[in-house]
Amino acid sequence: MNLVFYIAALVAIFATLRAVLHKHAVHALLYLIVSLLSVAVIFFILGAPFLAALEVIIYAGAIMVLFVFVVMMLNRGEAAVQQEKEWFRFRTWAWPSVLVLILFVEWVYMLWRGSAQQSFAGVTQGPIQPQQVGELLFTQYLLGVEMAAMMLMAGIIGAYHIGKQKQKSYHRYLEEKSDQISISENKTQEVI
Amino acid sequence: MISVPVHVQLLLASILFLIGLVGVLIRRNVIFMLMSVEIMLNAAGLVFIIGGAHWHQADGQAMVIFILAMAAAEVAVGLALILQVFHLHKTVDVDCLEELKDTQS
Amino acid sequence: MDVMHFLWLVPAFPLAGFLLLALLGLRLPARAIAWIGTVSIGLAALVTLWIGLDFLQQPPAAGHYRQVLWTWFNINGFAPAIALYLDPLSLVYIFVITFVSFFIHLYSTAFMRGDEGYPRFFAYMNLFVFSMVTLVLADNLLLLYLGWEGVGLCSFLLIGFWYRDEANGYAARKAFIVTRIGDTAFIIGLFLLVKQFHTLDIQDILSQAPQVWAIGAAGAFWVSLLLLGGAVGKSAQLPLQTWLPDAMAGPTPVSALIHAATMVTAGVYLIARMHVLYSLSPTMQLVVAIIGVLTLLIAGFSALAQRDLKRILAYSTISQIGYMFLALGVGAWTAAVFHFMIHAFFKALLFLGAGAVIMAMEEEHDIFKMGGLRKKMPITFWTFLAGSAALAAVPIITAGFYSKDLILFDALASTQGSTWLWLGGFIGAFITVLYTFRMVFVTFYGEQKKVIAHDPERETAMMIPLMVLGVLSIIGGWIELPHAWAHFTPFSHFLESCLPATQLKAGVESWELWLQLLTAIMVIVGIYWSWLAYVKRPALAYQLKQTAWGRALYPFFYKGWMFDQLYDTLLVKPVVWLSRIDRHDFIDYIYEGFGQLNIGINKVFSRTQNGYLRWYLLCVVGGVLIIFSLILFV
Repeated sequence: MNLVFYIAALVAIFATLRAVLHKHAVHALLYLIVSLLSVAVIFFILGAPFLAALEVIIYAGAIMVLFVFVVMMLNRGEAAVQQEKEWFRFRTWAWPSVLVLILFVEWVYMLWRGSAQQSFAGVTQGPIQPQQVGELLFTQYLLGVEMAAMMLMAGIIGAYHIGKQKQKSYHRYLEEKSDQISISENKTQEVI
Repeated sequence: MISVPVHVQLLLASILFLIGLVGVLIRRNVIFMLMSVEIMLNAAGLVFIIGGAHWHQADGQAMVIFILAMAAAEVAVGLALILQVFHLHKTVDVDCLEELKDTQS
Repeated sequence: MDVMHFLWLVPAFPLAGFLLLALLGLRLPARAIAWIGTVSIGLAALVTLWIGLDFLQQPPAAGHYRQVLWTWFNINGFAPAIALYLDPLSLVYIFVITFVSFFIHLYSTAFMRGDEGYPRFFAYMNLFVFSMVTLVLADNLLLLYLGWEGVGLCSFLLIGFWYRDEANGYAARKAFIVTRIGDTAFIIGLFLLVKQFHTLDIQDILSQAPQVWAIGAAGAFWVSLLLLGGAVGKSAQLPLQTWLPDAMAGPTPVSALIHAATMVTAGVYLIARMHVLYSLSPTMQLVVAIIGVLTLLIAGFSALAQRDLKRILAYSTISQIGYMFLALGVGAWTAAVFHFMIHAFFKALLFLGAGAVIMAMEEEHDIFKMGGLRKKMPITFWTFLAGSAALAAVPIITAGFYSKDLILFDALASTQGSTWLWLGGFIGAFITVLYTFRMVFVTFYGEQKKVIAHDPERETAMMIPLMVLGVLSIIGGWIELPHAWAHFTPFSHFLESCLPATQLKAGVESWELWLQLLTAIMVIVGIYWSWLAYVKRPALAYQLKQTAWGRALYPFFYKGWMFDQLYDTLLVKPVVWLSRIDRHDFIDYIYEGFGQLNIGINKVFSRTQNGYLRWYLLCVVGGVLIIFSLILFV
């Protein structure tokens, strides 16, 4: 099983890197889905079958579909890829990469020092069943569940409200234009 | 079931997190930034799962469920905002969205 | 029932009147305002009269009455009380203050009619009376200081009453600032007293002072000098006399109130009240006498040259207060208080009369543009004449004679008196006669130069005070007859319990009749000269003015011995110059520096606020990096 873990880990890292660095939005999304699926495999290996299922259904399913939808709605085509290439310069990625690399080195150092002091066998004792998770959610974390429900509600309403196409703004845009035109007309009249 | 050391598992989570961080930092396209944020959230969830497996507690999984809910809400609102921004500015470049800057400088 | 328990009503009525007028004044009709303003003072006067009669019939056992209302504050044993102290001295003062103020208020109801600041005027006047009563009745020096400052405040408010004219505001500020110099000296004196005695209770200080200080002790000298500074400022004596002539900017009843009943006599009261300290410092007492003589001479000469009716009266007030200081300086405490009382009567009368004249002349102040008013305004003329006669000390028939003669006699005959002091006072008295009758003759005799527009004689409210005060100016002196005539001295006998009798040199009693004769001749000669110069042959005064001396001295006297110019050059101009070159106060640079620093820091940090989301995120990552480094390596 260890081998499965390492393979899944390598796939996840590779797919994530591709997702982050890819020029084409839809391709990047597909890599991201691969990455999420491999993370779901790791969840399963670590004894969380319920979460692995949720990861596939919600993340790789629902959320990514939303992304794909948006990318399609924007529909920017080949020009977007060109633009991404232009944006992707050494100047843009050098400093953030250096900072993140330092952070990475620190974390690795921290992890190895921690493991040297305290040995983690890493032997898991079998999966945690969905019943346990459900019991916990509806007893100890009931308040959290309620709050999450409220947050989802707010998210839905907010998304609907923000995403609404406002006809009014289109009008205002027109009005401003006409105002500017009239002002410039006045100016020209004054000059004359 | 498996005997991978915990720090190696955590190393995987941190690598995923940092890749997401790099993505947020270097991409100028808002959609990619949002994707990278999702990667980071996912990595955080992975840490919870690792912890839950290590101590054999269901609490880790409960937390990941909350993270999932949060990510779903965040993506919904975030994508709506991206649509609206694109509608107003005809661009997805964050560097063009700089109206919040201080007017003095 | 002990009548004395109602003593607190004397300050309470004016205060109530003030509060009523200040809070509701704008909503009340003019008649109600006049009623509140006048009746509150009238009630205070009645209470005073009641208490006074009771005091005369059955004086309190200790010779004084003390009413503690409450403790003001208590800091480490230093606990001044809000307490009233009634002894013969303060009784005389509150009697004069309330009665004269009552008549002035009565007069004002008609005089100020139609003025837009009618409620404000009466509110200030009531506050003025309240402050003065507090000052006089105060049991300790701190409460006295409260009244003292209240008086200063009210004088400021009332001198600048018609504040729309810039000159009035200037005069008000001048009065306030000049008296403030004296007040500062006064409060420093109070600090010294607290340091020495750990109390400000007047009676405690007076009883302890002779034990603590020997005669001529430095402590007594400094304290009395500083208190004198305060007195000089309030009473407009040399060298702080310059504010009083300009204080004429206020309405005429205000001048009457300031000059007669309140404010300027506060200095006299202070010295009389603290007489023990001055007795302990003979040097200081001599200084008081010299200040008095110099002031009365300087002010008298200045009055000779004035053309403005009210300014003549102002200088005459300075001069008469000078007499009181002279009396205080030679230890004739009762004579000073006596002169204060008589002066209050006739000076209030003269100002109110002058107010009537000015009202008739449509705000004309120059006496040379008046004239011939004798027939047109008989009541004003006769009462004004009575007041002038009292001011000039016409022998026997006027009150002023008795008080001023007493001072002159004491100036010569007291153990601290001398021929020089007497001579100064005598010359001053002669000048007083000259300028007084110059004023009377020029204003009321000769031909009429202007028609009377609004006859004040029809105003009963204005004529009654004139008549009452006129009568008082004549008969007021009969309560204290000279020793040479009869041993009838109820006034000084009354004050004996709180003010020591004058110490006379041996064998001077016989001089008194001769001195009186001399004074009488002097007064008659003075009146004759004025009559000659301003009625019989007006050319004479003109010729006198045209001589070399006249041309040199007239402008000098007219400007009040150039004191204003002197202070202007010595003090005002340097300060103005300093403030001009230091327009941007150098201390401000420190504060401006803080401001500039903040703006600079803001500029630096606002650069980080550049609107690029990725830059913010990079900053967050940098912060995380720093925190992790700290956790790992520190």
